[in-house]
Amino acid sequence: MPQAIAAVNDFVVKFANVNGSGSASANELFARAILRMGVPVSPRNIFPSNIQGLPTWYEVRVTEKGHLGRRGGVDMMVAMNPQTWAEDVKEIEPGGYLFYDSTKPMPASMFREDINIVGVPLTAITNATYSDARQRQLFKNIIYVGALSVLLDIDDNEIKKLFGEQFKGKEKLLDSNVKALNLGRDWVKQHVEADQVKLKVRASNNVGDRIFVEGNNAAALGAVYGGATVCAWYPITPSSSLAEAFQAHCKKLRHDKETGKAKYAIVQAEDELASIGIVIGAGWNGSRAFTSTSGPGISLMTEFIGLASFAEVPAVIVNVQRGGPSTGMPTRTQQSDLLSCAYASNGDTKHVLLFPEDPGECFDFTADALDLADRLQTPVFVMTDLDIGMNHRLCKPFHWDEQRVIDRGKVMTAADLDAGKNFGRYLDVDGDGIPFRTYPGTHPTKGAYFTRGTTKDEYARYSEEGAVYVRNMERLQKKFHTAARIAPQPIRYSSPKPTRFGVIYFGSTNPSMVESLEQLEASGNHVNALRVRAFPFAQSVEDFIHEHDRVFIVEQNRDAQLRTMLMSEFVLDGRKLIPVLHYDGTPITARFITADIEKKLGQLKVVSFEKKAAS
Amino acid sequence: MTYIAKPRLHHPSLIKNKAGYTRRDYEGAVSTLCAGCGHDSISAAIIQASYELDVLPHQIAKLSGIGCSSKAPTYFLGASHGFNTVHGRMPSVMTGANLANKNLVYMGVSGDGDSASIGLGQFAHIMRRGVNMTYIVMNNGVYGLTKGQFSATADKGSISKKGVANSDESIDLVSLAILMGATFVGRSFSGDKHQLVPLIKAAMDHKGAAFLDVISPCVAFNNHPGSTKSYDYVREHNEALNRIDFIESRDEITTSYDPGTLTTVQQHDGSLLRLRKLGEDYDPSNKVAAMKRVQEGMQDGEVVTGLLYVDPSPKDLHHHLNTVDAALNTLNDADLCPGPSALDRINASLR
Repeated sequence: MPQAIAAVNDFVVKFANVNGSGSASANELFARAILRMGVPVSPRNIFPSNIQGLPTWYEVRVTEKGHLGRRGGVDMMVAMNPQTWAEDVKEIEPGGYLFYDSTKPMPASMFREDINIVGVPLTAITNATYSDARQRQLFKNIIYVGALSVLLDIDDNEIKKLFGEQFKGKEKLLDSNVKALNLGRDWVKQHVEADQVKLKVRASNNVGDRIFVEGNNAAALGAVYGGATVCAWYPITPSSSLAEAFQAHCKKLRHDKETGKAKYAIVQAEDELASIGIVIGAGWNGSRAFTSTSGPGISLMTEFIGLASFAEVPAVIVNVQRGGPSTGMPTRTQQSDLLSCAYASNGDTKHVLLFPEDPGECFDFTADALDLADRLQTPVFVMTDLDIGMNHRLCKPFHWDEQRVIDRGKVMTAADLDAGKNFGRYLDVDGDGIPFRTYPGTHPTKGAYFTRGTTKDEYARYSEEGAVYVRNMERLQKKFHTAARIAPQPIRYSSPKPTRFGVIYFGSTNPSMVESLEQLEASGNHVNALRVRAFPFAQSVEDFIHEHDRVFIVEQNRDAQLRTMLMSEFVLDGRKLIPVLHYDGTPITARFITADIEKKLGQLKVVSFEKKAAS
Repeated sequence: MTYIAKPRLHHPSLIKNKAGYTRRDYEGAVSTLCAGCGHDSISAAIIQASYELDVLPHQIAKLSGIGCSSKAPTYFLGASHGFNTVHGRMPSVMTGANLANKNLVYMGVSGDGDSASIGLGQFAHIMRRGVNMTYIVMNNGVYGLTKGQFSATADKGSISKKGVANSDESIDLVSLAILMGATFVGRSFSGDKHQLVPLIKAAMDHKGAAFLDVISPCVAFNNHPGSTKSYDYVREHNEALNRIDFIESRDEITTSYDPGTLTTVQQHDGSLLRLRKLGEDYDPSNKVAAMKRVQEGMQDGEVVTGLLYVDPSPKDLHHHLNTVDAALNTLNDADLCPGPSALDRINASLR
């Protein structure tokens, strides 16, 4: 008998399915049932750029402690896809479990000796009960959820409650799903010993009031709360569901109760160039507007981003990053668009980036981005990624301050103009680099100006004079410094012990980094950590770097893009900033970060930088 | 400095329109285009049309792309907000601006390079979306600012100033606009203000996507023998189908051409477009016939001008999107932000 992994509320189950077989909803049901038992879960879709037929996986990390990053490794594989059987079986940890459809006998060579095999004749059970092909396909999924619920001690009442919510008013569907669930449950109860699988779920109280939501959905809701009225977009994975969610939220929240008319406009544009053009036109004309896209879309938008930056027009771009370059890995995650967004377009351009860690911050930052774009009169990027955007993540409930009002920034009204205020569209009256603007149509004789991508003076008059150009560019730089002060500030995690090592990271790396910090602390490797939440960087980021001898920069790209930006923005010695890079398209894990940092710490402790420099 | 201000003081005897503005109030800066450029005549026609329509100068938003034509908005409607966008992408910016505030009059100005080459895609899509606007292409068949390269509207076989024959088929923006769903499509000639000014007025009055292709000879690079966009060529080959006499419910437009038979098109808002036919029997509300007539004209080497197609009941993008009557840029917190209690309900649905 092989060894058997035993764990309560701390294991990983991975489902290997065929895309388009209806497995997604069954797998989500599995994850939600555990969540309803008060045990945190962190599920991830690993899916192909395909609608039907290609392999797809769904990985559920069950985590009493609430470690929501990807763990790596698989304790139980639910192998439902013959195409990927070999690699799926290989991925199981020694002592782990293989759950499979045992309807057809399989040769021993197809299995491994160091894992535990649980065969359930799913096809046989299904075919004995259902004759319709589609029913057979869909209910087979529910049957395996039923079987797993017995094996892992998942409370079937929670599953039934979920069915009740899902099929409210559709009693027939409800009954047939419960029936399928029980088919799986009954078979396992009759044929499998109760403790054959030693991975168990035990009811807990660690979920609290947290919500379970995808980042794209959360960002879309943030756009509603932030007052966006115009959304223009072009379909691209993994951002499409963001614009679709905005549409769905607006249908519920943004129609006039009396007339039924819409307080928003959504245009699916002909391409990303048009999407950002529409956003800029709306922003110029005083509406809050945003687009959602991914890396290749940003590439197309860069000319317009330069215009919005130089002509000083507000725009919000949510970039749900995927693997690049070019078409890259459309259905895999990365943080590899930092440089292409931060410095998008020709000439000296710099843009504001926000880095949300989870759906909660996707909501907050998208709403904040709309304020920041208006206040700074410039494009603001919300840099999310596929890992946060397209996976359900447990996060704190959305919060909205009753007192909060839309901050439209410096807008001169007809009354201001009549009162004789001096209007210079590009005139820095407050010393923060941010000028006043007027909306088109404000006043019959005052406040009109010409917006252009060419150089202009303080009164928006075309000019190619060197001194005028330099003045304008310096004011834009000043505005950028203002952005560093008003954008979300970094969050610091300090080690209980003094240390000369620091870690800087951002975005979706957060749950894995937090888990890694616990691991490092436990092994006596003390580090302080700083989660950067915006570019331009706050002064405290530079202070943090100066406070430490060495700082690990953890990111999900090959070229250490954040590190490059830190080095150039703060003029730092690169030897001090040690890259920790994960970029294979899977979400970064605590295991990876801890191993890499420990390895590099080991090397550093042999010869210190100062000694090496002195020799 | 290419920006030249005009004197701000107006002669007291200038006649004011119903909105209380003189024609001078619709002017812009002094043009820096070449002397004799057709574009300046079109700018003058836009000024005249806006003045005659009694529209408040600041209630117009003018947008353009890049090129000689796209510089033109500096030279008219100085009291209006303007946006000189990027090359070929004015349509998307105008779409967004229009979404933000449906109550302004939108004037898009572009050129043949801007709309038919780099911007062909956006040109097509703004027409099919039905953005309520007047989109004018100042069409000279040539790249002026970069000194005389052919544009995509240059006719096949036309000769460049350097003597090279154009071997590519030309793109006919009028045919394309009709095909793409524009609801008001006309063509005119910068040298015929009697036809052009009423067309611009009618286009500005039209509550949908209005497109005007205005042949506008480039005196610097495309006004020589062998060009099909020269003053001489267009005058010789201009086949004017009609002239707009007036738009009823508005003031009559005095015209100075020969009387012909009259036809009227009743528009959805009740106003009547009265057209004076100049020759053949032509019904501009028949889309298929319009396409046919324009194509026949191209085959025969005619520059067919006039109001070529009009849908009397246009529907615009805001109609399709069912937006509220108020401009979206005037909606306040109460309109836009659902507030904490709605968020509590959403949170509850996500557990």
